Amino acid sequence: MKHLLSTQDLSRKDALDILDTAEEMAQVGQREVKKLPALRGRTVVNLFFEDSTRTRISFEAAAKRLSADVINFSAKGSSVSKGESLKDTAQTLAAIGADAVVIRHWASGAPQRLANTDWIDARILNAGDGTHEHPTQALLDAFTMRRHWAKLAGTGSAGTDLSGMRVAIAGDVLHSRVARSNVWLLRTLGATVTLVAPPTLLPVGVDAWPCEVSYDLDATLEQGVDAMMMLRVQKERMNASFFPSAREYSRRWGFDDARLEALDRHGLKDTIIMHPGPMNRGLEISSAAADSARSTILDQVSNGVSVRMAALYLLLTGGRDDETSTSHAATEGIPA
Amino acid sequence: MTQNHLITSASLLGGAPQDILIAEGVVVALGADAAAHPAAADATVLDATGLVALPGLVDVHTHLREPGREDAETVETGTRAAALGGYTAVHAMANSSPVADTAGVVEQVHSLGQAAGWVDVRPVGAVTIGLAGERLAELGAMAESRAQVRMFSDDGICVHDPVLMRRALEYVKAFDGVIAQHAQEPRLTEGAQMNEGDVSAVLGLAGWPAVAEESIIARDVLLAQHVDSRLHVCHVSTAGSVEIIRWAKQRGIKVTAEVTPHHLLLTDELVRSYDPVYKVNPPLRTQEDVLALRQALAEGVIDVIGTDHAPHPSEHKECEWAQAAMGMTGLETALSVIQHTMVETGLMGWADVARVMSEAPAGIGRLEDQGRPIAVGEPANIVLVDPAARWKVDGAAMATKGRNTPFQGMELPGRVTATFFHGHPTVLDGALNTPRHGAGA
Amino acid sequence: MTDAISASDAGQSVQRVVLNSGDIDRALTRIAFEIIEANKGTQDLVLLGIPRRGFPLAQRLAQKIAAAQPGFDAKASLGQLDVTMFRDDLARQPTRSPLPTQLPKSGLDGKVVVLVDDVLYSGRTIRAALDALVDLGRPRVVRLAVLVDRGHRELPIRADHVGKNLPTASSEKVRVHLSEIDGTVDEVVIEAGA
Repeated sequence: MKHLLSTQDLSRKDALDILDTAEEMAQVGQREVKKLPALRGRTVVNLFFEDSTRTRISFEAAAKRLSADVINFSAKGSSVSKGESLKDTAQTLAAIGADAVVIRHWASGAPQRLANTDWIDARILNAGDGTHEHPTQALLDAFTMRRHWAKLAGTGSAGTDLSGMRVAIAGDVLHSRVARSNVWLLRTLGATVTLVAPPTLLPVGVDAWPCEVSYDLDATLEQGVDAMMMLRVQKERMNASFFPSAREYSRRWGFDDARLEALDRHGLKDTIIMHPGPMNRGLEISSAAADSARSTILDQVSNGVSVRMAALYLLLTGGRDDETSTSHAATEGIPA
Repeated sequence: MTQNHLITSASLLGGAPQDILIAEGVVVALGADAAAHPAAADATVLDATGLVALPGLVDVHTHLREPGREDAETVETGTRAAALGGYTAVHAMANSSPVADTAGVVEQVHSLGQAAGWVDVRPVGAVTIGLAGERLAELGAMAESRAQVRMFSDDGICVHDPVLMRRALEYVKAFDGVIAQHAQEPRLTEGAQMNEGDVSAVLGLAGWPAVAEESIIARDVLLAQHVDSRLHVCHVSTAGSVEIIRWAKQRGIKVTAEVTPHHLLLTDELVRSYDPVYKVNPPLRTQEDVLALRQALAEGVIDVIGTDHAPHPSEHKECEWAQAAMGMTGLETALSVIQHTMVETGLMGWADVARVMSEAPAGIGRLEDQGRPIAVGEPANIVLVDPAARWKVDGAAMATKGRNTPFQGMELPGRVTATFFHGHPTVLDGALNTPRHGAGA
Repeated sequence: MTDAISASDAGQSVQRVVLNSGDIDRALTRIAFEIIEANKGTQDLVLLGIPRRGFPLAQRLAQKIAAAQPGFDAKASLGQLDVTMFRDDLARQPTRSPLPTQLPKSGLDGKVVVLVDDVLYSGRTIRAALDALVDLGRPRVVRLAVLVDRGHRELPIRADHVGKNLPTASSEKVRVHLSEIDGTVDEVVIEAGA
């Protein structure tokens, strides 16, 4: 792995490596000294063309726990907002010696542009690009689901996948980078995914995705769901006729109190409720659901740091490209 | 007195080898007569063994960018590229700055073309003032100007107001004009970035649905029928559009259609790279569309090749996909792409190539001395092509200022070895020779 | 002590067995007694194995100590210390996935920690282990026990308890096989360099 741009190009092994490493990183978060020296002397730039305090501080905490130097570069109030191009920005970051660039951009594909061009030779981590992907969000979701799934199975998480898990993702799939990253990753990890949305908020071409599609949240719940993920719905979509009104949306596709009760009625006592945040309480999720014992919303946030530590660690260690040493560097008497 | 040229053993439209004698800008003898003709005595002899001779190519759709965007292209650089690509005439689209919506601007472009001397530059007039889609530009004044404009287009923008489109179609009947429509329903394509389908769904790029093109074409052919006028559909890109045009032609509607070389070869799968060199309007479509377009061109449902040559300065492509300009260069690769997609696939012969790249385009633009057969007494607009040559596309080596070729690095067949523009060799040995200056220039 | 020479399957490299399973067991028994003696008993004793092969060695030492000193709780005094994140070659070597660190419930503060590893070579692993320890607690004393010391130190580090001092050339490779990890019979072999 040179870059983390999309979950579509993550193999099962890559994904499990990240999740297993994140388990070890999570241990560090429990200790008094929450810091590891692994990335000492390395520079990680958080390049944010779009406001996202949550994602930025999560990456910042992750990089700092690994002892990297962190530079936050926000497009607001910088030369970027004065018309500097992505190319110039990238070359500037290259000149100051960035080893990794964590990029959040409103344009789909911007991280891939950085990775594919010769503007900068750094590891690129996609922290959300337009309506394309948000791979670390999907990884932290999968991490959260895996802990839950392993606990139900009575095993440890390390090395396990999501085989047999039924995941429903409901909301604005059309504009959701979280949904896309989750569909590919959860499928790779063996879960079955059902997307639930009004037809206007599903992309043309969704039928080619490795998942089921439903317009009916109640029917999906009735069929049985182990993890229910609600996506944020922007109220502006209402003005663009994607749905008639917020009230109609939340009645048909919101996770309200009645649907929370329906989980019990269907005997789904272990089903968890997830949300990538920030939430619109009362629109796509009710407060009772968000605050219930089933909710993993805060776990997702804290798991985010562990998963991002794992991603940074795995991308920034391991030498230059393909410089794998001939003898496998195990412990046997090879200078460590 | 210009230099006479004797082209020996050229395969006329792919047929048996013949000699062609050119004097004073005209074909004066063919075959066995050529070498014996008195004008052959002091002619420069050009051995064309193995080369195919076609009438000089005519592009119905070229963006020369001048006036206004000389950083992207000038009439000089764009027409050099055209000559190298085998063209002897190009239609310069109206979306310059200022827009070519007055007699003054079209005459300026026309004279720049004459001054350059590489090809005939035929300006296309804007349909509406400033391409704003609100009021008709002075179409009559442009038609009567020295530029003799016959083709009108707001290309880049669709004339989407149905009443305005109707009036434009009606009005140009007065001087045998044609409206070339950029078929794109604007509301269905707000913010559109690429073809809407499986690939856009995965890439999270806003879709440009086929129906946005097809619905405008359907409306326009019915309008053309209603007012009995000439409609030309620019850069047809979908299988559905082909079916509508086929239907319209069967009903006798005066519609002609164009396809670009890139829509005959490339698909939206290339967008997965997010490299904006593949960003174009209309967008690259699917393999199914590509095959339907090739078939339609072979069958004559689509009449002509238009390059939609759209050079951009590199900073408009070295950026995020959503920020990038739409368009690709095409003049210097068009003939090779047609040989690759249409001739080498067995769908067309060289006579068909002459039809779709020279005769029919000249007919649509009403260019009287272009697109003519290679025959005694005809203007000597001739291109010699080496069909056996293979070359690797390199944007940096091209005459156009634009580096945005989507074929970069591809190996393509066919190389233009010589272009004769009214008897003057603008290209010799595959390289630019000299522009033509003299009669009419 | 055996000194058998065997050519490996493809005959690429020559392997020499320098410790067989009996040798390894005797060496560990001796180290176990040395540890008890140095510590004057088993008070506050914690054994931390460095993965992967240091951990089963620490486990075996703990069992041997418990056998000699019945008051010693082998399980409660045993742990694993992963040093991956503290290595100084992370940017050079292929990516290493970290392994779990597991400490005795009683922690490390005030304890006598014996780090256990299979081979002591450059000393860099032990340097990383000492750094890792600092972040986990404040032991009273830290000691080092290794099965094999092959020399070629690059840092001022020495072992307190050594199973076997093994003079080697740096081109040679020392491989430790343990039944818990490798599923084979216990042995230490030297492979000639390429």
